[in-house]
Amino acid sequence: MNEKTQIQDIDRSLYDFRFDEDEGDFLDNGITPEIISEISDEKNDPDWMREFRQRSLEIYRRTPMVKWGASIEGLDVDNIVTYIRPKTRMNTDWEDVPENIKETFERLGIPQAERESLAGVGAQYDSELVYHNVREEVAQSGVVYTDLESAMHDPKYAEIIKSHFMKLVPPTDHKFAALHGAVWSGGSFVYVPKNVRLDIPLQSYFRLNAKGAGQFEHTLIILEEGSYLHFIEGCSAPKYYEAGLHAGCVELYVGKGASLRYSTIENWSKNMYNLNTKRALVEEGGKIEWVSGSFGSHVSYLYPMSILNGENASAEFTGITFAGEGQDLDTGAKIVHNAPNTSSYMNTKSLSKSGGKSTFRSSVVVNQNAEGSKSSVNCESLMLDSISRSDTVPSIVVKTDKCDVGHEAKIGRISDEAIFYLTSRGLSEEEARALIVRGFADNVSKELPLEYAVEMNNLIGLEMHGSVG
Amino acid sequence: MSDILKITGLSVSAEDKELLHGVDLTIKEGETHVLMGHNGAGKSTLGCTIMGSPEYTVTGGSIVFDGEDITAESADKRAKRGIFLSFQNPIEIPGITLSEFLRNALEQVTGKRLKLWDFKKQLKAAMELIGMDSSYADRDLNVGFSGGEKKKAEILQLLILKPRLAILDETDSGLDVDAVKTVSKGIEEYRKSVGGTLLIITHNAKILEELKVDATHILANGRVAKEGDGNLAVKVLESGFENTLSGVER
Repeated sequence: MNEKTQIQDIDRSLYDFRFDEDEGDFLDNGITPEIISEISDEKNDPDWMREFRQRSLEIYRRTPMVKWGASIEGLDVDNIVTYIRPKTRMNTDWEDVPENIKETFERLGIPQAERESLAGVGAQYDSELVYHNVREEVAQSGVVYTDLESAMHDPKYAEIIKSHFMKLVPPTDHKFAALHGAVWSGGSFVYVPKNVRLDIPLQSYFRLNAKGAGQFEHTLIILEEGSYLHFIEGCSAPKYYEAGLHAGCVELYVGKGASLRYSTIENWSKNMYNLNTKRALVEEGGKIEWVSGSFGSHVSYLYPMSILNGENASAEFTGITFAGEGQDLDTGAKIVHNAPNTSSYMNTKSLSKSGGKSTFRSSVVVNQNAEGSKSSVNCESLMLDSISRSDTVPSIVVKTDKCDVGHEAKIGRISDEAIFYLTSRGLSEEEARALIVRGFADNVSKELPLEYAVEMNNLIGLEMHGSVG
Repeated sequence: MSDILKITGLSVSAEDKELLHGVDLTIKEGETHVLMGHNGAGKSTLGCTIMGSPEYTVTGGSIVFDGEDITAESADKRAKRGIFLSFQNPIEIPGITLSEFLRNALEQVTGKRLKLWDFKKQLKAAMELIGMDSSYADRDLNVGFSGGEKKKAEILQLLILKPRLAILDETDSGLDVDAVKTVSKGIEEYRKSVGGTLLIITHNAKILEELKVDATHILANGRVAKEGDGNLAVKVLESGFENTLSGVER
């Protein structure tokens, strides 16, 4: 009668499918100036980018490995094929996409999603964009949504890319930012002109498909004054036995009075090292809203940062992290208040089960010039059994006394009383647990677009399915 | 009438401490029984054990419901058989509204899909009966409810789920006079419309006024110390446990 419960592993069969490697030219496993130069040749990099890559490689070589947070000892960067391209080049018509790639995408639901409500699809298959199509209405509004590499060669955007690329996240930021600068490949470029408000969200999928391949996509989004955009980034990858590495980079420039919502669901397979860097610079009266769901990967380091650089700029961060067996997910967010009357709000939930570890780090910096600013941080953790772990590491640096900063943290377990209450009304223990977890994650699913909210609920359902032994 | 509940020699432990020592208790279908006793006598333990709380381990004896031994069954299976427990301290569950939860629970216990419209109508009528503002239906289950509203929500669940046996664990405690009246009204309605069986744990005479009590059981130190008809409950409430139990071995 006193059944002990143990939550099982997620059923990943839905995500763990892949096709035989049918790749073009592999490059040497290690990273040398010659390899970087080969990448530049392949991409036909402009001179400044050639130099940028080589400089980043030097920085990478002299920057020590990160030594804090989750262990990344299992990662051997020198053995990771950093750049694998599918045989296809860019396609703008679905008909031209090769069958096996198409099938992968179809299983991910991309074409359907596009047909339904999405404005444009930039899906990255391995390291390059193979399918990229922006609906006409989006293009007509003057919004640019393309892959970064093509845009770099377009005289209309070359200058703006050069003046923004890795200026927010410089290669000197940390070792993996430097690596990214040297080997980055693929990714999106979005430019929203002044006062253009795009009602439909733009969406991109990233997916790794070759054994041992690292993925270094770069996302650069620029919003001009008074514009609005919702960008959705979804990731999932099939499972491999060798350690995989994802070191992407996201740079977001939010202009005066502009508003950007950036939503992500990451569901990397459990061998993946997800060392991703995301940063937003927000000007006067602008707003950045992050919605972030981290479910997959073996190890994650993910702390989107918002720099509030103009008066009345604001940032909102809503996140959920779900760490299962063998997962060490180190996530959080960072906010820098660098102008008067700026405001930030952080609301996160983290779950851990079956020995998983989830760490939440928050950092709030209020500079001397940020008088009248407000910040509120709220994080809650739920451990689903007694072998899992949850940590909260807050950091608050305040350099002016004319501000209002608050922090609240709660850590708990699912109480036996709550389970008994729900089961006494006819729900099975599994349903009761799933209901409590869904309720816990509710504030995040409310922020997600419908199809993502459904996907997240399904993920939780899968996690909880067969959870009662 | 046949026995709906037959408890024989029930011993119960929690955290290696025995709390009930061989309790016998039988309730016939359609009857109203009152369970009394000092704080710590084991009343809630008995109520929760009948419902199947995993907090308590049955170390001896049996619980038979409607002729079937349910001693080892999980709480959800007992709920599906028609056993209901109104909690002393209902738990707050964020993320699901009272209305969604009740519909879900009703589908679980009846095993039937419900038309949303029919359910809403039923819910509205029940809420009106116990004077519960309809806005509570769309609020998260018990979250931020006052003590009184939580108890009303329990009675609401009783009226919607229509169990065959309802155990009310101090549903009237901590309520003001008016709230006790509403709760009584709900219980009366349950008796009238469902004709269900009641096991009421209470310290309050008020809630028993409108009910015809068939039997009273007094627990002391984990044992049934005295049993009698409805008048015994009245006697206890008038003269206290000590006088009622004097001469009884405890």
